[in-house]
Amino acid sequence: MSVITPDLIAQHQLTPDEFDKIVSLLGREPTYTELGIFSVMWSEHCSYKSSRLHLKKLPTRSKHVLVGPGENAGIIDIGGGYAIAFKIESHNHPSFIEPFQGAATGVGGILRDIFTMGARPIAVMDALRFGPLDDAQCGARNRRILEGVVSGIAHYGNCFGVPTVGGECVFEPSYNGNPLVNVFALGVFKHDEIFFGRASGVGNPVIYVGAKTGRDGVHGATMASAEFTEESKQKRPNVQVGDPFLEKLLLEACLEAMKTGAIVGIQDMGAAGLTCSTCEMGSRAGTGIDFDLQYVPQRETGMSPYEIMLSESQERMLLVAEKGREEEVFSVFRKWGLDAVTIGTVTGDGLLRVRDHGAVVAEIPNRALADEAPLYNRPYTKPRQLAPPDAPQFESASLEADLLKILGSGDVCSKRWIWEQYDYMVRTNTTAGPGGDAAIVRIKETNTSVAMSLDGNGRFSGLDPREGAKLLVAECCRNLSTVGAQPIAATNNLNFGNPERPEIMAQLVETIEGMAEACAFFETPITGGNVSLYNETLGDAIFPSPVLGIVGLLDTAAPVAIPFKNEGRDVLLIGGFGRPDAGRFGGTQYAKQVVGEFWGKPPALDMDYEKRVQAAIREIARKGLAESAHDLSDGGLAVALAECTFGGMGAAIEVDFDVRPELLLFDESPSRILVSTANAEEVKKIALFHGVESPRIGVTIKERLRIGNGPATLIDCSLDNLRGAWDQALNRSLHPEHV
Amino acid sequence: MKFGVVVFPGSNCDHDCWYAPAKNLGFPTEMIWHDSSTLGDVDAVILPGGFAYGDYLRCGAIAKFSRVMTAVKKFANDGGLVIGICNGFQILVESGMLPGALLRNRGLKFICRPVDLRVETVDSPFSAEAAKGQILRMPIAHGEGCYFADDRTLDELEAEDRVLVRYVDNPNGSLRNIAGILNEKRNVMGLMPHPDRACDPLMGSTDGAVIFNSMAAAFAAIAK
Repeated sequence: MSVITPDLIAQHQLTPDEFDKIVSLLGREPTYTELGIFSVMWSEHCSYKSSRLHLKKLPTRSKHVLVGPGENAGIIDIGGGYAIAFKIESHNHPSFIEPFQGAATGVGGILRDIFTMGARPIAVMDALRFGPLDDAQCGARNRRILEGVVSGIAHYGNCFGVPTVGGECVFEPSYNGNPLVNVFALGVFKHDEIFFGRASGVGNPVIYVGAKTGRDGVHGATMASAEFTEESKQKRPNVQVGDPFLEKLLLEACLEAMKTGAIVGIQDMGAAGLTCSTCEMGSRAGTGIDFDLQYVPQRETGMSPYEIMLSESQERMLLVAEKGREEEVFSVFRKWGLDAVTIGTVTGDGLLRVRDHGAVVAEIPNRALADEAPLYNRPYTKPRQLAPPDAPQFESASLEADLLKILGSGDVCSKRWIWEQYDYMVRTNTTAGPGGDAAIVRIKETNTSVAMSLDGNGRFSGLDPREGAKLLVAECCRNLSTVGAQPIAATNNLNFGNPERPEIMAQLVETIEGMAEACAFFETPITGGNVSLYNETLGDAIFPSPVLGIVGLLDTAAPVAIPFKNEGRDVLLIGGFGRPDAGRFGGTQYAKQVVGEFWGKPPALDMDYEKRVQAAIREIARKGLAESAHDLSDGGLAVALAECTFGGMGAAIEVDFDVRPELLLFDESPSRILVSTANAEEVKKIALFHGVESPRIGVTIKERLRIGNGPATLIDCSLDNLRGAWDQALNRSLHPEHV
Repeated sequence: MKFGVVVFPGSNCDHDCWYAPAKNLGFPTEMIWHDSSTLGDVDAVILPGGFAYGDYLRCGAIAKFSRVMTAVKKFANDGGLVIGICNGFQILVESGMLPGALLRNRGLKFICRPVDLRVETVDSPFSAEAAKGQILRMPIAHGEGCYFADDRTLDELEAEDRVLVRYVDNPNGSLRNIAGILNEKRNVMGLMPHPDRACDPLMGSTDGAVIFNSMAAAFAAIAK
């Protein structure tokens, strides 16, 4: 038996105070295995010890919410006896160390979170952040990470058979040493098919199913709770290896086993593997679990109890069955060729008792692990000022060149190179796939479709975390409304640096508070999510990077899309011109790509107006009045107009607005949506009813995009030029040697 | 006319291959488990897309040893209609029921995208309801869809009018732009694109329906 030394405690990333708390909870010193168990359960990744206090501020309830945070995924009622489960998870640290497997197992992990609740996964989306592909120092590595991450996501999702229907991808130097890979998954089921991760019923058997346990991923959760240093590459063995075929078998077997009625509770083994699933299932049910490691199927010989308990081998589940009905469960898993073994029983003593060939190697109250983890009210000051307050001097040499440059930039250009590698249609539910404002999947058994939007804007959050978070909620809801969907619930992934630094902690706190306010206002409660901290390499933190996934509902029908369709249609700007202001222009794509600076405040948001704009566009979309609709975001009016022309129909835009042209064209004020319509009068009536401006700004024409302000022509460009700049840009930056 | 969809453990278009004929087109359709040694009373067999047994070896290389494939071969030898879509095509090739091989896409990446196909022959139970030269739009979604065979085999396929559909704009490097082929007896067909994903207006195209409808019409003609 190892002796617990201060060094050993530090290696487990436990503080002396935390160790003292362990001793007082146990009434004795922990064993080596117990120390390992505490270290993963009390890691930032599993315990949310820095964020829990603030996460409580988020709204979590509404009439649609069937299950809120605390379970493996949130559940929302969608009517007709059906429900959806959805959640987002990060796999940032593993994806930096080993991009392909890191991203692949990120997909695998979130899919298990969904089907462990009984839902069949029907959609995945990814929010990706990398360093610039042309970065002088890190470009080659960034390109390798991007290629690895995308092929990892494709490998896992395509084989598993879930469509990857959308997402986003952004490039910033602050992600050079810390790429972000956030994966969102959504599943569907009936109300009476919901399962929970609860070990209920004293005497019931605890059953291990799925892949065998190996040494992979030991300590993955603690790795994800530390900054990167030069030594991080040595942690590569901490990254798990995924097997999507096995996951597919596990999915089918679990859903089929659930139908037998013999399963009482079920939970996937994700971060902290067997440790987390046993103590959480026991803790939720107020029970204990007594099991013997000798029965755990193992892939390698000579594994210690410590390694078995901390392994993060993929594609494993823990379930509790009704005593006496084990065989019903086993026969289903046999059919699918999977291991299913009883490893222990549910007890009434509330203890996690781990045995090795009968001898007790760990005995810890479940509640101590799951519920009594340290809770920190970490000190916070003001968010760190990342940019000067005032705008620099800037003047465009050619607005057309500026537009082409932004269209060809990594953030704005077509992401087709990425999403064509994903099977985005399998299961034939995808009525709007990648590349639109929101993705839509229909629920075949009902007349309802689910729209989803995944978004984040690190630049806005960097300038003002609180306002950035509100803008983010507004943007996601606007994306959904633009396709006619009513936003109903959200999941968040909070990616930040080291919370032990007060100015980073302040970013986190302000983001959560801003998000809480906006989510309450837009009636989109947060039903679950993930916090990823310590996203720093050698002391450089990422931009504060909240990522938000919001889902909405609409009736199943052919959805309204971005491209202009027909010639001679009126183009209306629902919401009007916004409030362009040079001091609030420093977070825009124009500032980033053209001016090359970062300054001031993010655009101003009037939440009440935003809500009315969204209500108006939903009504316009629902009544079929919009032939096309596209919300303004990155790159503002000019980029949105260009994107509307990529279907081959252009526009002649004439406005008369007293503002400098850079701001008119590229300001990113929220609350604005472009529509083309054959019935402008009706559209304007609806806008007026909601108290929203809806200026007619032009008409669709063939072959060109023209934008004029008063007598001045700002842009006059062929559609081929616009599309050429946008379409192949990502491919070109990934393969610079071919240019 | 009853379709049977073979379900391998890693099939993931099994549901799509059931939904399209059953729900979009209204034909009786049932699932056949891979461990089954009989096909029941189905009149045509669909081998769906997916990753039959994980496909960590060559796509379809393990599937050819499955119990159900013995039954499928016998069914085909007796003249039954068999269509393999995507992974199903790969399985038919590995099983020796169709000539050639499906290699990794020339660009080495998985591609999911709608493509245009040109109907090359209507002399088959899979295309009789289409017009020769007709363009069908349906999606591809594969990493190993590059059709390969030696020149003699390719010449033979063309001489015997066994190329069913070709890509208008070749996405994966397939030789002679081949997207789908027939066996000698013209009752077994494999194609990489997905007609099962092109039977519903909400999916953007209904051009795939002509394949299933042709099969049903051919069966009805034989049944008379």
